[in-house]
Amino acid sequence: MRQSNDKKPGLSATGGETRFTKKSFLQASKFQWVIIFSLTLLVVIFAVSLAVGKYSVPVGESFLMLLSKVLPIQQTWSNIQEAVVMDLRLPRTIAAIIIGGALALAGASYQSIFKNPMVSPDLLGVSSGASVGAATAILLNQGNIMIQAGAFTGGLIAVAITTTIPRLIRNESATVLVLSGIVIGSLMSSIMSIIKYVADTDTQLAEITYWLMGSFAMIEFDTMLPVLPTILLPVVLILLMRYRLNVLSLGDNEAKSLGISLRTTRGMFIIYSTLITAGCVCLSGTIGWVGLIIPHVARLIIGSDNKLMLPVAIIFGGIFMLVIDILCRTVTAAELRLGILTGVIGAPFFIFILARQRRQVS
Amino acid sequence: MIVEVNNLSFSYHDGRSIFQEVNFSVDNGEVLSILGTNGSGKTTLLNCIANLYKPRMGEVLLNGRPMSKMLIRDVARIIGYVPQIHMPTYSYTVREFAVMGRTPYIGTYTTPSRKDYQIADESLERMGITHLRDRVYTEISGGERQQVLLARVITQQPQLILLDEPTAHLDYGNQFRVVQMICQLAAEGYALIMTTHNPEHAIILNGKVAILNRQGVLGVGQAADTLNADTLSNLYGLSIKTIYDNDAKRNICVVY
Repeated sequence: MRQSNDKKPGLSATGGETRFTKKSFLQASKFQWVIIFSLTLLVVIFAVSLAVGKYSVPVGESFLMLLSKVLPIQQTWSNIQEAVVMDLRLPRTIAAIIIGGALALAGASYQSIFKNPMVSPDLLGVSSGASVGAATAILLNQGNIMIQAGAFTGGLIAVAITTTIPRLIRNESATVLVLSGIVIGSLMSSIMSIIKYVADTDTQLAEITYWLMGSFAMIEFDTMLPVLPTILLPVVLILLMRYRLNVLSLGDNEAKSLGISLRTTRGMFIIYSTLITAGCVCLSGTIGWVGLIIPHVARLIIGSDNKLMLPVAIIFGGIFMLVIDILCRTVTAAELRLGILTGVIGAPFFIFILARQRRQVS
Repeated sequence: MIVEVNNLSFSYHDGRSIFQEVNFSVDNGEVLSILGTNGSGKTTLLNCIANLYKPRMGEVLLNGRPMSKMLIRDVARIIGYVPQIHMPTYSYTVREFAVMGRTPYIGTYTTPSRKDYQIADESLERMGITHLRDRVYTEISGGERQQVLLARVITQQPQLILLDEPTAHLDYGNQFRVVQMICQLAAEGYALIMTTHNPEHAIILNGKVAILNRQGVLGVGQAADTLNADTLSNLYGLSIKTIYDNDAKRNICVVY
């Protein structure tokens, strides 16, 4: 036995060493290729996004417009074209990329910390809370800024309640947390029904419904800038901490035995993901599916290691959201809402992905 | 002493006591096998030593320092834990899985370095499973997963390794191979504590044995003296005898 034990490692060492360098080189470069390819795709779609819509502007022109902000380029386009591209399409394009990427990231972290590939960033009730907050602001006839603020605080309050329940009943397992998320989610839906019931049917109800379906159409730089830090800062922090997600996904006991203080680490991911989702929802209304589907796509292509998967998921999320937004403003004469297309495209797409990875999800 | 357990007691919130006044110590190169019937609290005891459960009374000393006063990360640099074979939710490759053993040495805001991967690769090589490196952990066999778990715990570079029923769910041959690996790890100087349902494994390991009876009392002794017909018959409520086998050069247990 001892002999065979001594021999075995020696054998695999000679066979393994060459494999080692070759394989890890391939691995690294696969990641780099995916990043390069998807970033290129994102730039192309970015250019298309500036060009298409009700008022069409040639792709080349819109790109030159962008460049003219930093380089001295002769204006060959009309002022109306410039206004459409710079003031309307550029902010919504940037918002779509950031929101898509951030929601995908938040979804991926939730899927790891709750050890469940079927959860989305709404799990702890942040979206439904934000909806209630926004609807309340609409009900009180407040302006855009107050609706944003209402959505943001509503989302935070909902998650705060969800995370307090397990502490009150002294059972801090992930299951109890998820269950209280479900409870708070349906409580928020009920409150939402009450608000819809008392809302003025001609003006307020339409606005609430409209808001619930999500859109980038209203986004302007002025309203977007104050919210961006609450999205971008947590995104950076999650990216930096992303390796911990691997360990958390193994389960509470294993994570702890590998030296991770569960409560702090899980709490940080929940806070960051909540800030991201609340920030996104208050800019664009509720957007489903991205946070659920995109991590699956990224995993399918690059594997489960969050070290590689999260950066890929961010870029994919940006691409997905931007494509959906472009479709929203081109498919029909009147602009569609995001909620309609994410569902119509997302559902069959998700089934396709599940079929591809059926062996991975048990 | 790497680990010293002093007067350790554990009970659930409802007051039900699992074990009381447990005392033992394990040093470099020693193996302690914990035997006990189903539900006797072997795993609970192991989890208390692993810093996963909080004991009701008593303390665990690691290199003379009370574990309860140490940071979780510092405990993880001394104690490595091998859980029962399980299925993670996500399909990490064997290499990605093994390198997670480096977690106690990796800062919160960083990812494993080239050096960490190198240590993981060396552990896979020592377990003789370099060929599994790029396979998906969820798709290899139970025996292979056990080897990967051992590779991960070596990657963690602990002084004490805790194993929760390392031979459960393994076929007869793989059970024996795992016991051999545990022998080898002890020979290399690790202190090991494991729970097991098979007294013969404790006899093969020929180290210390701790028997947790239904009253929650732990008796500790050397395997060769402790594991006799009387003790085993009492423990499992069966007629068991031990017979010395000349080929195996040890006692074997027979139920009659």
